[in-house]
Amino acid sequence: MNIHEYQGKAVLKQYGVVVPEGKVAFTVDEAVEAAKQLGTQVVVVKAQIHAGGRGKAGGVKVAKNLDEVRAYAGEILGKVLVTHQTGPEGKEVKRLLIEQGCDIKKEYYIGVVLDRGTGRVVMMASEEGGTEIEEVAEHSPEKIFKEIIDPAVGLQAFQARKLAYSINIPGELVNKAVKFMISLYTAFVEKDASIAEINPLVVTGDGQVIALDAKLNFDSNALYRHKDIVELRDLEEEDAKEIEASKFDLSYIALDGNIGCLVNGAGLAMATMDIIKYYGGDPANFLDVGGGATAEKVTEAFKIILSDEKVKGIFVNIFGGIMRCDVIANGVVEAAKQVGLDRPLVVRLEGTNVDLGKKILKESGLNIVAADSMADGAQKIVALVK
Amino acid sequence: MSILVNKDTKVITQGITGATGLFHTKGALEYGTQMVGGVTPGKGGTNVDITLENGSLVSLPVFNTVAQAVAATGANASVIYVPPAFAADAIMEAVDAELDLVICITEGIPVLDMVKVKRYMDGSKTTLIGPNCPGVITPGECKIGIMPGYIHTPGHVGVISRSGTLTYEAVHQLTTRGIGQSSAVGIGGDPVKGSEFIDILNRFNEDPDTYAVIMIGEIGGTAEEEAAEWIKANMKKPVVGFIGGATAPPGKRMGHAGAIISGGKGTAAEKIATLEACGIKVAPTPSDMGSTLVSVLEEQGLLEKCITRK
Repeated sequence: MNIHEYQGKAVLKQYGVVVPEGKVAFTVDEAVEAAKQLGTQVVVVKAQIHAGGRGKAGGVKVAKNLDEVRAYAGEILGKVLVTHQTGPEGKEVKRLLIEQGCDIKKEYYIGVVLDRGTGRVVMMASEEGGTEIEEVAEHSPEKIFKEIIDPAVGLQAFQARKLAYSINIPGELVNKAVKFMISLYTAFVEKDASIAEINPLVVTGDGQVIALDAKLNFDSNALYRHKDIVELRDLEEEDAKEIEASKFDLSYIALDGNIGCLVNGAGLAMATMDIIKYYGGDPANFLDVGGGATAEKVTEAFKIILSDEKVKGIFVNIFGGIMRCDVIANGVVEAAKQVGLDRPLVVRLEGTNVDLGKKILKESGLNIVAADSMADGAQKIVALVK
Repeated sequence: MSILVNKDTKVITQGITGATGLFHTKGALEYGTQMVGGVTPGKGGTNVDITLENGSLVSLPVFNTVAQAVAATGANASVIYVPPAFAADAIMEAVDAELDLVICITEGIPVLDMVKVKRYMDGSKTTLIGPNCPGVITPGECKIGIMPGYIHTPGHVGVISRSGTLTYEAVHQLTTRGIGQSSAVGIGGDPVKGSEFIDILNRFNEDPDTYAVIMIGEIGGTAEEEAAEWIKANMKKPVVGFIGGATAPPGKRMGHAGAIISGGKGTAAEKIATLEACGIKVAPTPSDMGSTLVSVLEEQGLLEKCITRK
């Protein structure tokens, strides 16, 4: 789960990570009021959307007085920002972070992620702050330093010191940087984060080590033990169909194509998208109904797929193991009756009770095209939507 | 022969009194697996009675702890169906009881819980399969997990996969061609897990009854690339591959917690290129996993030996 920068900074602050003073604003007046309360000469007006690259897209402005705050807030609020992470359609700005400006001496990068190879958390640091870490990794990988953290003891001070010296934090600020890193690691672990990225981390003219930006993502498997984090979810930043799907415990991801997919199992769902593409079609979504789906769940999945106007046809691909084919078939028939099936439907069933499932579909009187294999089904649906 | 499990494997179910645990314990018994008991804290001393399709009744003892269950039954393997919040604890309890094999089916365990589990397992003798996996089957001998048993047939091809349903798909394509399986292993879709491709490939390599292997990977991480390099250096048997997720958008978690392209890394294109560079034939679509294996078996003169069901 993703949260906004201002929310991430508030979470980090609880653990002693130093962040600039700031306030969230939903209107221009709130922005000006926030700037007044901060009382600093310079404030920064920052667009709050769930995507990086805001600065380059014109979503971050430095204001030297309250008039400029008003002007910039008016300009950015409601603006659609297009960054490399938003996709071409961009994202509308509905919230601003009004933050005190600071006297930046130098920018660094600190990130905490899971290292799958070792099965441990790793802290990464680089002197190339303000640049995307992927770019640094590509052009100058020698400038990225890593410390693998033993979960039994956590990040040790010596490890943080190694990182701080490696990226040339000024000697007199190394202890502050060490405290910063340990606080960041503690926040990561205690809140079950999946990514904690501080880019840039800055050292200031008055000798502070401070998180100028903060990107936090959380492990959705662990949200059950973090009610406070769940409350930070901003549904406006998510796809409406994905939200609807999550209510029914369906794993759904919207894509750009025109063939809706309904599949059981994540691996098979991905492979179904691949095979549609292989035969010249374009999948409209990833949808895994899971191993223990009921007829109701399948019906809801169908409704979500059909609510996408781009969808010109549907491919149902089921390998029934625990999930019986007759259950799926009943769900398909029920859904088609409820929502009125107005687009081509190809169904491939295999596995437990397959003959019964096929019989249910055949006797439903619905216009369903049966497929013998995944390849056969993919070819049929691609031809039907052409 | 086979890997990990066989007709002598004695299995307990952790979470046996829950609906899922009970359902799949019955499925394992129907298949002929030696289920010897179960664990549910607080229900120790009771019995779980299961009536099989053929009418016979099996009564399995329930214990409060894994250690008690092992002492009383001589179990050497356990399968875990407890909810995600308690699954890490269940794995560690099974490791502490020194079982040879622990298979965790549970999906949705917090990643940092698995980081702790892996650390806890350092130096232990237990092999963990999963979590978030379908389990392990040696056809005709032992089924531990949620896979449909009847699609399998005994034979000489090993199957390893990060995905449950794609494992079934591959097995089905083999069985319908008369090609049996030595063992099929779902290693699971999570980013931190007990066994990786290489651990299982190594076992298939050592198993005299396995003649060839199908390896099914997907986007996210670099385990497939590492496996490909390992195969090139060590594997004495032919391996064919398939990689799911060629059309997956970056930054989105495709169902499995581990199936995510992050920072431009872990794409299907990279994985396929590495597999092919290491001499592993990759099926172009998931429908071609069986036919791709057949073509390789033919090339190597192994097809006749691998057809175990006419």
